[in-house]
Amino acid sequence: MYKILKAGKLAGNIYEMVVEAPRVAKRCLPGQFIIVKADEVGERIPLTICDYDREAGTITIVFQPIGASTEKFTRLQAGDSFRDFVGPLGCPSDLCMEENLEEVKNKKILFVAGGVGTAPVYPQVKWLHEHGIDADVIIGAKTKDLVIMEDKFKAVVGNLYITTDDGSYGRSGMVTKVIDDLITNEGKTYDHCVAIGPMIMMKFCCLTTKKYNLKTVVSMNPIMVDGTGMCGACRVIVGDEVKFACVDGPEFDGHKIDFDAAMKRQALYKTEEGRALLKLREGDTHHGGCGNCGGDK
Amino acid sequence: MADVLKKVPVREQEPKVRATNFDEVCLGYNKEEAMEEAARCLHCKNAKCVQGCPVNINIPDFIGEVKEGNFEKAYQVISQSSALPAICGRVCPQESQCEGKCIRGIKGEAVSIGKLERFVADWARENGIKPAAPEQKNGRKVAVIGSGPSGLTCAGDLAKLGYDVTIFEALHEAGGVLVYGIPEFRLPKLDVVAKEVENVKSLGVKIETNVIIGKSVTIDELMDEEGFEAVFIGSGAGLPMFMGIPGETAKGVFSANEYLTRNNLMKAFREDYDTPIVHGKKVAVVGGGNVAMDAARTALRLGAEVHIVYRRSEAELPARAEEVHHAKEEGIIFDLLTNPKEILVDENDSVRGMKCVRMELGEPDASGRRRPVEVPGSEFELELDTVIMSLGTSPNPLISSTTIGLDTNRKKCIIADETTGQTSKNGVFAGGDAVTGAATVILAMGAGKAAAKGIHEFLSAK
Repeated sequence: MYKILKAGKLAGNIYEMVVEAPRVAKRCLPGQFIIVKADEVGERIPLTICDYDREAGTITIVFQPIGASTEKFTRLQAGDSFRDFVGPLGCPSDLCMEENLEEVKNKKILFVAGGVGTAPVYPQVKWLHEHGIDADVIIGAKTKDLVIMEDKFKAVVGNLYITTDDGSYGRSGMVTKVIDDLITNEGKTYDHCVAIGPMIMMKFCCLTTKKYNLKTVVSMNPIMVDGTGMCGACRVIVGDEVKFACVDGPEFDGHKIDFDAAMKRQALYKTEEGRALLKLREGDTHHGGCGNCGGDK
Repeated sequence: MADVLKKVPVREQEPKVRATNFDEVCLGYNKEEAMEEAARCLHCKNAKCVQGCPVNINIPDFIGEVKEGNFEKAYQVISQSSALPAICGRVCPQESQCEGKCIRGIKGEAVSIGKLERFVADWARENGIKPAAPEQKNGRKVAVIGSGPSGLTCAGDLAKLGYDVTIFEALHEAGGVLVYGIPEFRLPKLDVVAKEVENVKSLGVKIETNVIIGKSVTIDELMDEEGFEAVFIGSGAGLPMFMGIPGETAKGVFSANEYLTRNNLMKAFREDYDTPIVHGKKVAVVGGGNVAMDAARTALRLGAEVHIVYRRSEAELPARAEEVHHAKEEGIIFDLLTNPKEILVDENDSVRGMKCVRMELGEPDASGRRRPVEVPGSEFELELDTVIMSLGTSPNPLISSTTIGLDTNRKKCIIADETTGQTSKNGVFAGGDAVTGAATVILAMGAGKAAAKGIHEFLSAK
């Protein structure tokens, strides 16, 4: 069992938890992920590591409930435990490896974070800051209340640009507009971009940065089961190759990713998950028969 | 009087009934049936069956005890050689091993050694008989990576010799392929696998789940920082292979590993589990091995019409004879001498069919099997909504790429001595699918057994 030491909401329906997992905390690096399972009957859910404390032996995760299993997570509180918590999985970010440090020091780096994807950007920016590199960060959110971790970022970034879709906080508009503004109107230059967020946001970020020939790395979070390369569920098309996000990724060259195929795959279990979620939310009152979910069939 | 040339028939669930449930297909012998079958054994002096067994169980001796009704003694005879008899009795390819060598088989049917082994193991479990823990521990630590058949066997044998053994398992449940791969209807998880794992634990073996060697901790760290004097790698087969044909990343295409893991380890077939699985209506499983049969029969039980698509003929099917027989009885359609060319998709990138070509057998290839060649102009389309690729696996590089001085061969399998399991790295041993590539449960157990002996010799000389 893996004890939850802290649990709470960051904003809206975005949750943060600090979990005791000493083996993971000892070895993990920014960019890697874990797989967590709430109880015996739960699914294995992959989540990118959002912070870690090697001495305390803890990992911070941030998530937004999207299915029955993540919905279940929201009901857990400090003092409760996850049944399973395994990692670190996947490859660390190329930027956050000691052996690449000299090369990375000469780069101007831009991070683009969207929604709940803001959280996994944090350990990368923090790691770079601790190694004497201050990167610029764009945080995009739908509205002011959904901007997360602003203060934490302020302490570790070069420049922080916040934008909201509805203009209620910071700049107004999508993150792609900010990228355009920084590069074309504000005289910024970058050699390396990392974009993490919803698949659709990463797709448009990549289309934008391609115009400037700005190398862009994205973090893919496809459907997974085991996370060790065994099942192949997480295959993504990168260039003309099929890669497994769990062992070859999760970070890939965004300009080579087939996002349309990836988004279609993501939708595979939508109805199955939707049904499970309804059953969980509505409990005994959910009997099907409405003709919408097919739960009675 | 029963015909002595024939096996005492074993009771099974009716094909029509079992095609709709996940309960075990084979019901096994009862006492009377087992004793009757045991009486067919000729007790050969130079028993060929023992030579056919990868772990050399003293088969005539245990069958002799069954014949007399001494089931506990029979269990003790088997336990000297095998830690997992209830499993082997169910999943070994007996027809090509012990039973394939049985003298009875020359003129008639071989003695049903597998079913007798299963009976003895089940009887022992039902009567609470467990292998005895060693009286003296030597306190020396050995790490075993993977809790599948090779790891459990190696760990059990070392624990019997007094070693302090810890198994590290990457998944959340112990058992490896016995849990994620082989389905419930062939190998019940709670009643059989979990109990055999418990037996290994009762020998003093510790199991730490959720530890991925090469990621959570490395072999070098286990040896340098955690005090393990030797390590056995039994990490299994690894990454699924795909064909490389168009459409393989479409929605509705799965590796057999994913499909089976969802259903077996994650129990998608049960209402009370959260795991989703696609309930296909028309499913093709590409491949002809045991894993293909398992995937096909699982899809059938989830309500699909299922086709096995295999490029060679029936004689070349690598699956156990019993699995092919059961699959046919249950209504699986065999499209033999057929090879996929392309997976056809609709506008949502979902599978709508598969373009195939007919094959014919040509000259024998390197494997000795006749090589299938395409029949020109024989392309046709199968209408489908799900395709399951069961083409074998390639080794997982997580361990070999993170362990200094561990050599692998051209196929990325770990190189290990066949008799001792010793690898190129001092104190590190390996066996099972990680060394041989995908093979059988019993061969992995044989390798685990050999490595336990190799480790004992290595540490005794140290």
